[in-house]
Amino acid sequence: MAINWFKYSSPASFYPVVDKSIPWFMGAAILLTIAGLYLSFFTTPDVLQDQKEYYRIIFIHVPAAWMSMWLYVIMAAWAAVGLIFNTRLSFMMATAIAPTGAVFTFLALWTGSFWGRTSWGTWWDWDPRLTFELILLFLFIGYMALYAAIDDPRRADRAAALLALVGVFCVPIIYYSVQCPDPNSLNCRALHQTSSLRSIESSILTSMMVMTLAYWMYSFAVIFMRLRSMMLEREKGSDWVRDLLGDTH
Amino acid sequence: MSGTGILATVRFMLTRDLLLAVRRMSDVLITLLFFVIVVSLFPLGVGTDMDTLRKIAPGIVWVAALLASMLALGRLFGEDFADGTLEQLILTPQPLALLVLGKVAAHWLVTGIPLVLMAPLLGLQYDLPTHALGTLVLSLLVGTPVLSLIGAIGAALTLGLRGGGVLISLLVLPLYVPILIFGAGVVDAGISGMNTEAHFWLLSAFLVIALVLTPPATAAALRISIE
Repeated sequence: MAINWFKYSSPASFYPVVDKSIPWFMGAAILLTIAGLYLSFFTTPDVLQDQKEYYRIIFIHVPAAWMSMWLYVIMAAWAAVGLIFNTRLSFMMATAIAPTGAVFTFLALWTGSFWGRTSWGTWWDWDPRLTFELILLFLFIGYMALYAAIDDPRRADRAAALLALVGVFCVPIIYYSVQCPDPNSLNCRALHQTSSLRSIESSILTSMMVMTLAYWMYSFAVIFMRLRSMMLEREKGSDWVRDLLGDTH
Repeated sequence: MSGTGILATVRFMLTRDLLLAVRRMSDVLITLLFFVIVVSLFPLGVGTDMDTLRKIAPGIVWVAALLASMLALGRLFGEDFADGTLEQLILTPQPLALLVLGKVAAHWLVTGIPLVLMAPLLGLQYDLPTHALGTLVLSLLVGTPVLSLIGAIGAALTLGLRGGGVLISLLVLPLYVPILIFGAGVVDAGISGMNTEAHFWLLSAFLVIALVLTPPATAAALRISIE
């Protein structure tokens, strides 16, 4: 059986899928957020023992930081698909992802700053991961700014996509360089603790995973909402949009 | 390729752009003066305590070099774009990436080299020890071509846009971060008498990677901007 890989690469056939799935993703996001917040506030142990509750910031902070990096990679992947196969929808997808990625990056920085104030005694430290997250925010903003500056949507799509690809190639190098600014020393400086996912208690891990899932659902919902309006705007002269609007109005 | 070798293609672009630059020297001098002024302003802002100045000198000189080379990017393709030369270049049978390489090389010789040569003089303003001056010059010599190569992508993407000058800084500066860290880091290491070899290997590695990968990316960006 031949699979038509490009069936949903046209806005006309993908629009109904997007349109129908948004409420589901939004509903799942709300339910999972409530569940995740409940789990992280009421079922997880007091790991700091001295009644300090601030560690619960990690249930917002860590998933947000994960999302910010994943979304950048996914955005670049769609940009690559768009440049290779010349599919309009892939570019729209990449452009729709950027603001959500920037929001999660900002959220990670913002909550991290609260964490830093209570735990390290400072709002900001030039710790490698903080620095990297800040640069990631700049990369997202650069993508959006370039897209916004170009009037011709075709050129905007392709130029921003190329920038995302260049960015994703530079990201590992930037990460390495902020992590190990001194190539002479073996241990890289870091205030951040290294990943302790394997050693933490299972209830904490569960809460974190539920929150991550909630963020994913939220991302799908808002990215699809953005995609929906982009499709309608870009394709407003086409038959399927006219049919669609004719039905509802 | 139709009769012209790789070197000949690069050399043609290089000599043409150099000739154009030599006939308009004021453009070159503006970039250099910007570099000098920015570096000279810092002591007025942060105070003239020599111990502080010696400590911040590598970072200041490098950030100023970064800004100066970024400001010069607008002229890399700007004039050729405005008078239509760029379109003709894209239509030539020669690979666009090689022409880009020639253009970037010329651009660096005109805007980068003066910064490298001026740097030790500015280092003296900050009371850098003599052996660190050598490290500073060498680090800029290896690092500034990478800045031009990466910046060329940004220049190509923002060709002919409103407010392209400010936009390019947003696109390009985050990508300059590794060069800044190791470029300023090697001078720091040089001041304190540590081994600087590892830094230079890394900077050279960046240069080699950028030499190979950025010209095709810039060429792709030019095609997107021109069509």
